[in-house]
Amino acid sequence: MSAQKMAIEQPESFVFNAKFSELAKKRIAMYPEGKQASAVVPLLWFAQKQHDNWIPEAALRHIGDMLDMAYIRVLEVVTFYTMFNLAPVGKHFVQFCGTTPCWLNGADKIKDVCESEIGAQNTISDDGEFSWLEVECLGACVNAPMVQINDDFYEDLDEENFRQLLKDLKSGKPTKIGPQVDRINAAPCGGATTLNDKSLFDGSMLGSYKDVLKQIEQAEAEAAAISAKEAKEAEKPAPKKADEKPEASDKKPTKKATKPAKATNSTNTDAENVSDDLKPAMLSAPKGDADDLKVIKGVGPKLEGVLNGLGIYHYSQISVWNDDNIAWVDSKLQFKGRILRDGWVKQAGELAKQGDK
Amino acid sequence: MPKLTIDGKEIEVEDGLTILQACEEADVEIPRFCYHERLSIAGNCRMCLVEMERAPKPVASCAMPAGEGMVIKTNTPLVKKAREGVMEFMLINHPLDCPICDQGGECDLQDQSMAYGLDGTRYTESKRAMAEQNFGPLIKTEMTRCISCTRCVRFTTEVAGVHELGQTGRGEDAEIVSYLGAVVTNEMSGNVIDLCPVGALTSRPYEFNARPWELRKTQSIDVMDAVGSNIRVDVRGREVMRVMPINNDDVNEEWISDKTRFIWDGLKTRRLDTPYLRKDGALVATTWSEAFEAIAKKVKTSDKNKMAGLIGDLNGAEEIFAFKSLMDSLGVDNVDCRQDRSNIRPEWAGRAGYIFNSGINAIEDADALLIIGSNPRLEATVLNSRIIKAVKQNEMPVALVGEAADLAYEYTHIGNGAESLNELLKGKHSFAKTLKAAKRPMIIVGQGTFIGDDAKAIFETIANLATNIGAINDDWTGLNFLQSAASRVAALDLGCVPKNESVNYNSILNASKAGDLDLLFLLSADEMKLCDLDNSFVVYMGSHGDVGANSADIILPSAAYTEKFATYINLEGRAQLGHKATFAPGNAKDDWAIIRALSDHLGHKLPFDSLEALRSKMFDIAPHFAHIGSQSAGDMSQLQSQKISGDISSTPLNSTIADYYHTNPIARASKIMDDCKAAKLAAISEATGTNG
Repeated sequence: MSAQKMAIEQPESFVFNAKFSELAKKRIAMYPEGKQASAVVPLLWFAQKQHDNWIPEAALRHIGDMLDMAYIRVLEVVTFYTMFNLAPVGKHFVQFCGTTPCWLNGADKIKDVCESEIGAQNTISDDGEFSWLEVECLGACVNAPMVQINDDFYEDLDEENFRQLLKDLKSGKPTKIGPQVDRINAAPCGGATTLNDKSLFDGSMLGSYKDVLKQIEQAEAEAAAISAKEAKEAEKPAPKKADEKPEASDKKPTKKATKPAKATNSTNTDAENVSDDLKPAMLSAPKGDADDLKVIKGVGPKLEGVLNGLGIYHYSQISVWNDDNIAWVDSKLQFKGRILRDGWVKQAGELAKQGDK
Repeated sequence: MPKLTIDGKEIEVEDGLTILQACEEADVEIPRFCYHERLSIAGNCRMCLVEMERAPKPVASCAMPAGEGMVIKTNTPLVKKAREGVMEFMLINHPLDCPICDQGGECDLQDQSMAYGLDGTRYTESKRAMAEQNFGPLIKTEMTRCISCTRCVRFTTEVAGVHELGQTGRGEDAEIVSYLGAVVTNEMSGNVIDLCPVGALTSRPYEFNARPWELRKTQSIDVMDAVGSNIRVDVRGREVMRVMPINNDDVNEEWISDKTRFIWDGLKTRRLDTPYLRKDGALVATTWSEAFEAIAKKVKTSDKNKMAGLIGDLNGAEEIFAFKSLMDSLGVDNVDCRQDRSNIRPEWAGRAGYIFNSGINAIEDADALLIIGSNPRLEATVLNSRIIKAVKQNEMPVALVGEAADLAYEYTHIGNGAESLNELLKGKHSFAKTLKAAKRPMIIVGQGTFIGDDAKAIFETIANLATNIGAINDDWTGLNFLQSAASRVAALDLGCVPKNESVNYNSILNASKAGDLDLLFLLSADEMKLCDLDNSFVVYMGSHGDVGANSADIILPSAAYTEKFATYINLEGRAQLGHKATFAPGNAKDDWAIIRALSDHLGHKLPFDSLEALRSKMFDIAPHFAHIGSQSAGDMSQLQSQKISGDISSTPLNSTIADYYHTNPIARASKIMDDCKAAKLAAISEATGTNG
């Protein structure tokens, strides 16, 4: 993108012709009293349309006067938008997109054609027919690479068809606007590749979603039956060794649960699985004020209640847990493995230290 | 009153503050470039980024309103990284030319990159360079240094009230320009030099003159107009290098006019540095005692009714008091300070009849404004920016009676002559309704209103109009008189007006011209024609060789305003102290000391030997001069009881200032002011197409 430089040779004056002054009047009337300046962009656009696709300086002043705007404010707007030309352009003004998607699809070659066929950027070709400007993305990336010539997009370009396009424009032949290859708008080349099933469109699929709903309900019922059966089996006392690794008991329910187990009694069963020998030191009541266990990441008000119920009130208690203790407490809680995952022991250690200070 | 936490500290702030302002209240420093408390918020520099809890990324604190329960962190690694990043981007295109940049040493970018930036750059591409702009004789541009903060654009639009600057282009091509390279001519333009956080806009007259750390800084008061802007005089050695504004929310906020800022070169030229005596038609240097003897000889042979004293525009209260005391002791009644030719008299309505009663701040509270016979843009430039502020922020309607001029805001022009006042008084004009409907209407009366013989009648009409529209009541004081000279209010307070009502400034000069005066004392009074003084014996006391000194028979050189301690009473009646920043050149002395020495030679020794003794005498008759910094109001009731005693003519009411850049001897000695005038004239002729 290059800076908008005002042309050195300027017409003496500019006024809107009958057609555009009518349009301008309508535009200005669209805004409430005192907000006429909002019409500046459309008015600049009209000026550009009227004046061979570029806006002379006299038009900026004319529009400033019409909208009661300081000229410098109009200048600020007009230089901000690349769609406004402040110097003459060719009869066919090519805005070439060089942004990433177009560039990846070979925009460089289009640029080469521009340079060889038209000349340097921002200069008008000798015959006055063309000039070109590299602009940022014009929003037709799916048809990259592309150019905009005056008001129209020409997409899916390659060196050959772009050169032909320029030739046709020069000789005044009609051109095809849009994709220059065999495709409709942004549809896939060679026709559609999805949604090809005709039955999708003939009405035969009407109401078929009900079958799908039925299938889902069936699957849910089966899953519920399985989990109920499991719960029953678990109630029977199973022979367990006292020194069984806590991890083993952890994995067992998670592995089997096809859905998150809702049964609350599963906690009780697990609790029986872990020997009370592993129980950490408990207190019947907090020493002084209980610590705010919620500070530990992973402990919410509910878990704090459970911990207090077990006799755990202080950071210092948690900070001395060993693996066995963790397994025991874990078995009392509903969130398996959270103690290790969130590093409660470490957190509590730090909190206890802070408390000591 | 949202309550928020800033760096772990809980603070409750007023409604409507931004996070940045809240941080300032919590004493947390936030670096910034584009944000300025007196300008609108742009939010484009991103230097003020802070971390806000539950926000996905750092927020620009200058543009984010403070909200209830916000948790702001400004000292986290995230914020540090954000600042470093912004600073790195800022410095990508900024040249490393600090050693040759005038902003060096007082540069926000320099300071903040030291405090918040990285120590190196990772940028190896070529830098952007921009073309210089011609912004006129005051502002030097180096646009490559610009960081696009747009403070200058916002200042000219919002405070100076003119659309002179803009930012065109986008991205890398964004630049600050004037329309088609027009020269910046507004009278406040110098402030953009202070506002520019980098060295893009610097002072052209001060170019490569000094470094900030070499300068000795003295607080003082400006005398270019009656606003009494607070200034800082920067001196190196004995030379005044520049004048800068000092913040005073009640007076000049933090702006000063270009005349105030760039007058300093006038302090170095055309100075009177030794006493002169006219011998055989030519002025020759002499000694103080010879000069005094010559005056004493002349006074002895003069009739006291044929002596007169005129007081200029730039004097402090002390020398006016000393001068008046001397004249009184000589029995001279014809002492006049109304150099603007106004016929206003202090006894009409007391102090309330010639000061800006409401104070400058009250302009922002007014909801309708009538200006009479004044061009505030020229007479009190900084005060005019308050009117601009009120017009822009409160949509205050403004009307003008008098000469139409570009005041930088829109107004209803009621008429040129004072007869329009009668129309308003009778409620004939539509603006009369606006004034009447307003809760806090304000009238500003310039001294141009009182130049004709019908001054008293106009004065009474205005007082009646003000009472009529409710501009004077217990809650609101809305009738203000605008003085344009720094010495005027003090002189009027001290009664420096002839007792005889038919004698005024012009009649004294006419008498002088006709040769009817034996002796004319001029206390830095220069606003007259040379021919006015030709036929009189003139004693001129002042700092500059201007009109008065040119035709004087005896010249007594005195100190200019930067060279003396003096009390100035501004147009509101606010007493402010000016301090001595440097020494007067050569043999020049303080005015009060000269008058005291002269009084001894005349046999009327004045009863003070020091400035303190003088002040204590002065405070006896004008006790409000002792209340430094505060405004002493006049008695408004006298204004309410005025009866119209005469007819008013339809003479146009013109502003007292025709040649803005040359209103006083110092300004006329300043080349910078000449350049400003030339630039303004060129701009006008270009705009009207009269330059061919």
